Amino acid sequence: MIDARGLSCPLPVIKTQNEIKKNAPDTLEVLVDNTTAVGNVTRFANNNGYDVAVKELEDDEYSLVLTKR
Amino acid sequence: MKEKKENFFKKYWLVMLTGLLVGAAAVVLAAFGNPKNMGFCIACFLRDIAGALKLHGAGVVQYFRPEIVGIVAGSCIMALISKEFKPKAGSSPVIRFTLGAAVMIGALVFLGCPLRMVIRIGGGDLNAIIGLAGFVLGILIGIFFLKHNFSLGRAYKQSTVEGLAFPVMLIGGFVLTLIGASFFAFSAEGPGSMHAPILLALGIGLIVGALAQKSRLCMVGGVRDAVMFKEFGLLAAFGCILVAVLVGNAIRGTLNWGFEGQPIAHTEWLWNLLGMTVVGWGCTLLGGCPLRQLVLAGEGNTDSAITVLGMIAGAAAAHTLKTASSADGTGVNGPIATIVCLAVILLISVTHLKKEQ
Repeated sequence: MIDARGLSCPLPVIKTQNEIKKNAPDTLEVLVDNTTAVGNVTRFANNNGYDVAVKELEDDEYSLVLTKR
Repeated sequence: MKEKKENFFKKYWLVMLTGLLVGAAAVVLAAFGNPKNMGFCIACFLRDIAGALKLHGAGVVQYFRPEIVGIVAGSCIMALISKEFKPKAGSSPVIRFTLGAAVMIGALVFLGCPLRMVIRIGGGDLNAIIGLAGFVLGILIGIFFLKHNFSLGRAYKQSTVEGLAFPVMLIGGFVLTLIGASFFAFSAEGPGSMHAPILLALGIGLIVGALAQKSRLCMVGGVRDAVMFKEFGLLAAFGCILVAVLVGNAIRGTLNWGFEGQPIAHTEWLWNLLGMTVVGWGCTLLGGCPLRQLVLAGEGNTDSAITVLGMIAGAAAAHTLKTASSADGTGVNGPIATIVCLAVILLISVTHLKKEQ
C-alpha cells in the first residue's frame, strides 16, 4: 500500500510509478486526499496497464485500488 | 492511432481549451492597454502589487493588478462550487516561501513568469526562446531530484477560515483600491501605468482562474508530465497558449520576430537562460508554476498562499536590491542574485531527499 495522503502532485504519481516499476504488483492500493491526485494517479495507472477502482473514504480521503489488466 | 488521437482530445479538451482562452485573453488584455507582450504575467503582476503596497520603491511598476485578484477569486469560487475547496497546509511553509521568493527573483532577471515567456515567444521575442531553454533545463534538474525522492513533506487539513484568508485578503485590498484608498501607490508612467480597463481585467482573471482550477493548467506540469509520465495533455495546453498568442499577434499586426528592441525584455542571453533555470527548477520543487500557485491558493491551499507571499517578498527584494532587469539589461545585482538563488535551490533540493522506504 502507498500512503500519499497530504502529498501534492506529482508526488502521489511518482510513488505509484516507482512501485509499479520496481515490483509490478498485481494489485496496489494508493491512498490520497485530493481529487487532483485521484485524477492523476488514475490516468497514470490506466496508461500503464492497470484498472482503477476509486472508493471515497471519510474525511476527503480516497482509496484507489489498482488491478493489473 | 486515430482512436488514440480521439481519446487524447476527449481526455484533454478542457485544459487545451483553457490554454487557447488564456492565450486569446493575453492578446485582448494587451490590445486594451496592458504592456506589450504582457497581457498576462503572474510574476510581473505580483511585482506590481508589491509596488502598489509600497514594498518597493520602483515608481514604474506599481499597480494593484485586477487580473491576480480575478484568478484567485475565480479559482476559489469554482472550487467552492465543485466542492474542491479543501483548506490544507503544513508542507514546509518557510521553504516554500523561500522558493517562491527565489522563483520571483529569477523571473525578474528574465522579465517574466513561464506564462509571459510563452506570450513573449508568441510576440516574436526570440530572447524568450533562450528563456524556454533555461526553463526546460530547470525542470529537468527538478525532475532529477523528484526521481530521487525529493519531498517537502505532507500537508494537513486546515480550517475554512485559514483557507479563505488569502483570497479574502486579496479581494479586500482590491476593494480598497476601487474606493480610492490613497495609501496605495500607482505608477504615473512605465509598465505599471499601462493597464486594461479594471472590469475587463478582473473579468478575464475570473474566467481564467475558474478554468485553470477546473483543468489544472500548469506551465511547469507540461514539460514535467511529458518527461516523467509520457503524458502530454498539459504540454498540449502549453502549445495551445502559444498558438493563440501567435495567431492573435498576427491578426493585430504585432508579431515582430527578433532579439533586439523587444518590449520589456533584454538581450543578455546567459541571464535570460539562468533566470528561467531558477524558475523551472524552483517551480518543479514547488509542484507548479506561479499561475498554478495562485489557483491552488484559491482552492484553500495555504502552502501555495505562502508561496505567493514569498513571490511578493521576492519582487520587493528584487527591486530594492537592484536584481531585477529592465529593458536596458540586467540589474547591477542580477547576475549574483541568480547564482545565489541557484545555490539556495540546490541546497533545498539536497536537504529534502527522503530515504526510500
